[in-house]
Formats: sequence, C-alpha cells, structure tokens
Amino acid sequence: MSEPVIVAEHLARHYEVGGGLFSKPKVVKALSEASFTIMPGKTLAVVGESGCGKSTLARLVTLIEEPTAGSFTIDGIPGTKNNWARLRDSVQIVFQDPYGSLNLRHRVGSILEEPLKINRPDMSAAEREEKARAMMALVGLRPEHYDRFPHMFSGGQRQRIAVGRALMLEPKLMVLDEPVSALDVSIQSQVLNLLLDIQERMQLAYLFISHDLSVVRHVADEVIVMYLGRPVEFGTKDEVFAHPRHPYTKALLSATPTTEPERKVERIKLEGELPSPLNVPDGCPFAPRCWKAQPICRSTRPELEGSGHRVACHFPED
Amino acid sequence: MADATAQTAPTTPARPGRFKEFWRYFRENKGAVVGLYIFAAFLLLALFAGLIAPHDPLVQYRSATLVPPAWQEGGTWSYILGTDPLGRDMLSRLLYGARYSFVVGVVVVILASTGGILLGLISGFAPKWLDTFIMRLMDIILSFPALLLALVLVAILGPSLVNAMIAIAIAYQPHYVRLTRAAVIAERSKDYVISAKVAGARLPRLMFITVLPNCLAPIIVQAALSFSNAILDVAALGFLGMGAQPPTPEWGTMLAEAREFILRAWWVVTFPGLAILITVIAINLMGDGLRDALDPKLKRS
Amino acid sequence: MPLLQIRNLTVEFATASGPFRAVDRVDVTVDEGDVLAIVGESGSGKSVAMLAAMGLLPWTAAITADEMSFDGRDIRSLTPRDRRTVIGKDMAMIFQEPMSSLNPCFTVGFQIKEALKKHLGLSRRERHERAVELLDLVGIPDPATRLSAFPHQLSGGMSQRVMIAMALSCNPRLLIADEPTTALDVTIQAQILDLLARLQQETGMALILITHDMGVVAETAQRVQVQYAGQKVEEQPVRPLFDAPHHPYTAALLAALPERATERRLPTIPGVVPGQYDRPAGCLFSPRCAFADDLCRSTEPPVQDAGLGLARCHYPIPSPAKEAV
Repeated sequence: MSEPVIVAEHLARHYEVGGGLFSKPKVVKALSEASFTIMPGKTLAVVGESGCGKSTLARLVTLIEEPTAGSFTIDGIPGTKNNWARLRDSVQIVFQDPYGSLNLRHRVGSILEEPLKINRPDMSAAEREEKARAMMALVGLRPEHYDRFPHMFSGGQRQRIAVGRALMLEPKLMVLDEPVSALDVSIQSQVLNLLLDIQERMQLAYLFISHDLSVVRHVADEVIVMYLGRPVEFGTKDEVFAHPRHPYTKALLSATPTTEPERKVERIKLEGELPSPLNVPDGCPFAPRCWKAQPICRSTRPELEGSGHRVACHFPED
Repeated sequence: MADATAQTAPTTPARPGRFKEFWRYFRENKGAVVGLYIFAAFLLLALFAGLIAPHDPLVQYRSATLVPPAWQEGGTWSYILGTDPLGRDMLSRLLYGARYSFVVGVVVVILASTGGILLGLISGFAPKWLDTFIMRLMDIILSFPALLLALVLVAILGPSLVNAMIAIAIAYQPHYVRLTRAAVIAERSKDYVISAKVAGARLPRLMFITVLPNCLAPIIVQAALSFSNAILDVAALGFLGMGAQPPTPEWGTMLAEAREFILRAWWVVTFPGLAILITVIAINLMGDGLRDALDPKLKRS
Repeated sequence: MPLLQIRNLTVEFATASGPFRAVDRVDVTVDEGDVLAIVGESGSGKSVAMLAAMGLLPWTAAITADEMSFDGRDIRSLTPRDRRTVIGKDMAMIFQEPMSSLNPCFTVGFQIKEALKKHLGLSRRERHERAVELLDLVGIPDPATRLSAFPHQLSGGMSQRVMIAMALSCNPRLLIADEPTTALDVTIQAQILDLLARLQQETGMALILITHDMGVVAETAQRVQVQYAGQKVEEQPVRPLFDAPHHPYTAALLAALPERATERRLPTIPGVVPGQYDRPAGCLFSPRCAFADDLCRSTEPPVQDAGLGLARCHYPIPSPAKEAV
C-alpha cells in the first residue's frame, strides 16, 4: 500500500477581526480540529454551507496561509513555512470562478507556462512550450488556443485552462474549490469527466470542496461534512449518503432537491440560519437548529468520535 | 420560417479582435474622435515644425515688430499670424511651441506615472506601516494646490523648463499612487493572483507581471488627462516666469512676454491662448473616449 | 383567458458589433394559479424574456411580439402610468441576488412601506401593520423589530424573505422568481422554496420560476418550459418531462446530471451554447446534438404538437410505448 499524499492533524485557523484603538479584536474560528488523510488516486470531499470553513481549509492546504494550530504533511514533508517553496510542486488548486482565476492580460500559453517559468528556471523556452501544448491536448483545448486570451473562452474552456495550469507542475494533490459550481449543467459534466480521467491517469489525490451533494456523491471516495468550521461527520461516501449519522448531514441530504420523485424522503426542515462565526454557541454548534437537541448539547461540545464512520454528536443516528 | 433562417444563417460576424473592440467603443464617443484628430494634427505640426514654419522662431525682424495677422489691415502674407513685439513670426513660434508642449506633456506623464505606479504598487503590496507611511506622504503633497507646490519646487530648483517639468511631475505623482494602489488592492485578492502565488510566484513577479497589467486601464486614462493638465501648468509656470525662459517659444512664456501689449495687439496673446485651449480640450475629449473604451464599469453590453 | 399570454416574443440587443438575439420567438402562457418553471443554461434567454414582459429592459433592446397581454390587457400599449399600476402590483418579481436587490441606505421597513404607499394608498398606521403582517407571512421572526433593520444586518436568506414580502405586498396575481435560491445555501434554499410553494397555494397567485437547477424544477413546478439559446425547445408538465423528454437537448441535459449517472463517466453534451458569433444555421442545437443530420444543420425545425412536448425538433424522441411488453 502506498503512502498517503497528505496527512492533516487538528488543523485550525483563527482570524482576528475588528479591533480598533480601544476595542479588543474578536476571534473568528474559521476552522478547527480538521484531521484527514488522502491516498493517491482518491478523492476526499469536503461538504458544507457557506461559512463552514471549506475555503479556509483550501487556503491552508495550498500553502497560502499558515495554520494557527495543528500540522500537516504533504508527501511526508511538513507543511511549515520554510518548506513552502519545496512543496509548491506537490499541491495545486483550481478555483470556482473560471472568470476570476485566470489573468486576463496573459495568453493561454503563458498562463500554462508560468508555473514552469517560476519553478523550473533552467528549462528552455522551447521545452516549456512543448509541455504547455501537450497539456492543452490533455485537457481538451485545441492547439490554436495557445495564443489566445482568456476572455475569448467560455466558462467550461476556461476551467480547462485552470485545470491545465494546475497540472503543469505534476502535483500529487489537487485542491478543487467548487470547480464546477459556476458552470452550466451540460458543461459541468464535461469538466467532471476531465477531472476523473486525469485522476485515474495521474493517480492524483483530490481534495474536492463543494456544496453540491449530487456532484459529491458522484466523485467522492470519502466525505467530511463541516458545520461552522468543524467537521461533524466523516465517512466513506456510501456510509455518509446511505446512513448519515449527524442530524445536520441528514438535513442537508433531505434539503437537496432531486429530480427523481421516487427517491424523495420526508424533507427535514431546519429552522433558523447559520449563527455568525463571531459567536459560535458553547456547546454543539448545530444545537440551536437541531430538532433533537438536549440540554447537554447546549453545554458540552461533542467530539468527532468512532472509528471509520465518525460523527460529532451526542445523539447520533444509527 | 424561411426568412428566419435567412436572418440567422449568413450573418455570423467574426469575434472582434482586442484593438477593434477598443476602437468600436472609442468611436462611439464622437467628441473623442474629434479630439483624437486634433491631437494628431497638433502632433504632426509639432513634428514637422521645422519644415512647415516659414521663419526661424528666434530671429527678430526689427523692421516688422507687431505686424498684425495677414487678413487684417497692415498685415502681410509673409507673417500670416503677425509678429510679436520683437518682430518674431507668431506662426513659427506657435509651431515650435507645440513641440515644447508635447515634450512637456510626455515627460511629465512619464515621470509622474512611473514614480506613481511604482509607489502605488509597493503601497498596495506592502505591510501596513509602509503603506500608511507612503499614503500619508502622498496626502501631504496632495494637500497643496498643484501649481503652488510646483512654484515652491521651482523656486528651490531654479526657474527653467526642465525644473518646471520635474516640479509638476512631483505634484502629479500622488494621483497615480492613489489610483494604482486602489486598483492593486482590488486585484490583489482575486483568484488569479492567488493561483500565481500557489504556482510559487514571488513578490516582484506578482507585482509587475501578474497584477500591474490588470491595473493599467484607469492609469492610461489618468495619463491622458494629466497630459493636458501638464501642458496647462507648464504654460502657467511659464506665464509666471518660473518655467521656460525667453526666448524659448513656449506658449505660456509667449503669453507672459506679450502681457503689456494685450490692448494694442490682440494677436500676441490670442493665438498662444487659443493654441493652449484647443490642445487641452482635444486631449481631454480624447481622455473621455479612452475612459469609455477602457473602463469596463462604463461599458454597455 | 390566461393570466399572462406572450406569443412570438423576440428580443434583440443592439451591441457594438451588431444585433444579438437573446430571445427568439418564445411563447409563454400562464394561467391563474399556475406554477411554471422556465429552465435553461446561461444565455438561454430565460430571464430576458421575463424582464421584457415586465418592461425592465434597457433601451438597447428591441422587443417584438405578436401578443403580450396580462389579464387580457396588452402590456405594450399601456401608458407609463397604467403600466406602473400593473407592474409591481399585479405582476411582481424577485431576483437572484437578494443582497443587492435591497437598497442598503434604507431600512427594510421603509422599503416595504414605500411599495404599499405607492400602490395601495394606505395610511401610515395601516402600512405599518401590513408590513409587520407581511414579514410574519414570509416567516421572519420578530417582524416588528426587523422593520427597522438595515439590509446589511440581514443574512442572504432573510434578505430574500424580505424581497418576497415586498413582492407580495400588493397581493400580486403573478410572481416571477428569477433564480430566487441560486445564491443561497442548500438548507436555506429548501426553506425559501417551501415558502414560495406555501404562499402560492395560500394566495392562489401564479408563479413563474426561472432557474437552471433541474432539482428545484422537479420539486416545485407543475409545468416546465425548456429554453436553449433564446428559443423554447420543449414544454411539458413536470412529471412527463423528467420521465420522457422529447427534445434531444432536454434528454441530454437530464442525462448529464450527476445524480442520474449510472457510471463513473457522465454522459456529456459536447461543445458550448452558441453565442453571438457562432449561431448555426438550421437547428440551434444541431452542432451538439447526437441525432442531428443534414436536415437539422440546414433547415430550422418545426414545433411539434403538444403530444410531443411542443418540441422544436425535426426528430423528437417519441414517448416510450405504454404497456410495452
């Protein structure tokens, strides 16, 4: 059995916000206690609504920000700041919005070659171009696109460019931050197929961040469900989708609209909205919206427990 | 049905290129196009002043001082726009003056924009203390009226055209700094900058190759507008005797020299004044068109 | 008589590089109490058609139609004054971005009461009572104090509820919801959809739901109209549409949904939606269609009859034979 690509333990990231001359800054706990491993060729999906810490996790793993607490290793190398330069090759990211993630003033060719230019300074220009053209073929762009600017492309094609750029350094881990949410359904399936093909071919590990459960169900091997910066449930795709144990996961699944009326279960109505991340409740963060909440839920925070299919709840479903 | 297919089938226009698209938007603003033509005409006149001008701008024809323009009584066709109090040909001086004005515009804009863009980029990427320091410094410069500041600087450096240009460039710099900084801060948090970071780009690359080209549109517009302001301010400094020194045929200086003859010989002040007016209006019109074409916020679909 | 009747609507935008046809001969018919979903990808003209009906398009748009009537009155021939009594009162609209649909400078209460004042001429006190009632109706807790809240103090879901309350303030007979839940989280989306369905049933108003999300359509609508590149390609009641789509585009779109996938590789629709510069001759879907032949590429397809879902196609997919053994 091969080694995991990434091992993360108790990752946390807190931000200080506000705080003027006289007021103390408040602490936003954007992410706490995130632990996971991903094996090569596997996909870990992170699911949750806005403000659940998905994007913060992406920023930590892609070495844009340092964790406040916890640690992670990529390919056995600790992801601390002094290793960042060494690890750039290993982890890359694809963003949600293909319109904002490409530099509009650069041609497709130079967008693809930029990572090589920076990280492989001794590579010749001809060699770079050759690699870029090979990559274009791989992600399904035509050779004549090499000299075009991104604004001439549709959303789906731009997302192909973004995927191509991320692959130029032959990373081991790809962070996919809602890679298909901004795309139309007919284009979405093209990009998902591309991602699955590439994963198979290059044995990439994916950290797939999404709020769309039907997409997650299709691509993921394992799933983390997050709520307000904390993982509340972890398990394989089949475990989580077929037997959700956390009430929030259950509610999330039942709230997702489906096109197949037969599969429709009684919809669980969640009352209220996400609390502000500035004042997360003391006990279980989900307690104010939970229909099963007991006094203990409001006072004590449940930990992620169990082996295999883990859940952070005092009264998990079975 | 037949007519519908006829409508859709043959008319599938090719996607316009980048410059074509720019020109399309620019052309919509009629004033801008007029401005562009006037500007181009002035540019050509300035370039070929040596060939077009009937006389040497510095030669004084002592026998023909204050000759009125040709169409007025007493005027001759050898001095089409008349002569000044020292007997120099007005037309030739205006043509050569155009050269100075363009040089002034170009030099001031280049000086002010390179300095301003550099400081703005640094400020946009810098830690908070350096950003605050640069911006407060710029605020101090901005708190003086531009012309007053330029006057003070010229008083320190000594009056000459070069010093006037430097002084005006310094006075204009803060506009560029603020503009660049605002654009950089807006761009900095966009995904493409983050992905350049993830690709391992270091600060200088991020600043100059990733972010700067995306901030240029408003800066180009500002450059066009401050080009005309620079011409105006250098003329003003020249008028106050702090800019180009006589006998340089600079428009502002020409105005200053002719001050005492305003009532007796209208042409000695009217023509330099008109030259300044037309050039400045033309450039401003052009700047408006540039803004329409380059600023995506104003673009109509 | 249908409540909203639009026949043969065409909208063209004058762009710098020539006209762009955003809506191409679209029919929309909505009866009293109907729930119609208009589905399509970006660029299908689904929003533009409704904005045209509301008279909300900019001056660059040229609108032509054989008929555009609301409750038997021709919308196009209304004077601006009469138009205002219809639009916003009998016909209301909510939009995708609740955060930017509210004016950040004024309180929620002020914005709701403004509509009440304009259209109903209620007294100050009546307006206040009605506003509280409306917020209560859309499920906002503690409505009296929320009236003095500013939009930035509300979450996305709350803002959308306020928008719905404003739209409902004059008891509209038709509510047009343009992607009302796209910007919201899944659990909030479920709340808003339930709310819209409940209000529609309670008030008996007609609802037009514009969306790109097939799941939302399946759970909310009664009738579905599928649009592609500005044209209506199919119209069917919701259940038959999902069971037996007649237009190849609808069929391909449904097959491409990950939740319907049976294999790891999803069925895809090759290519992209045609834009201004690459509109094909003949059937607009022909370059991407698996069944297209030369006829499709050269001649515009006819609209089939209602049994085939009004599909705009030369070769509509027949319904599966019933009781097939």
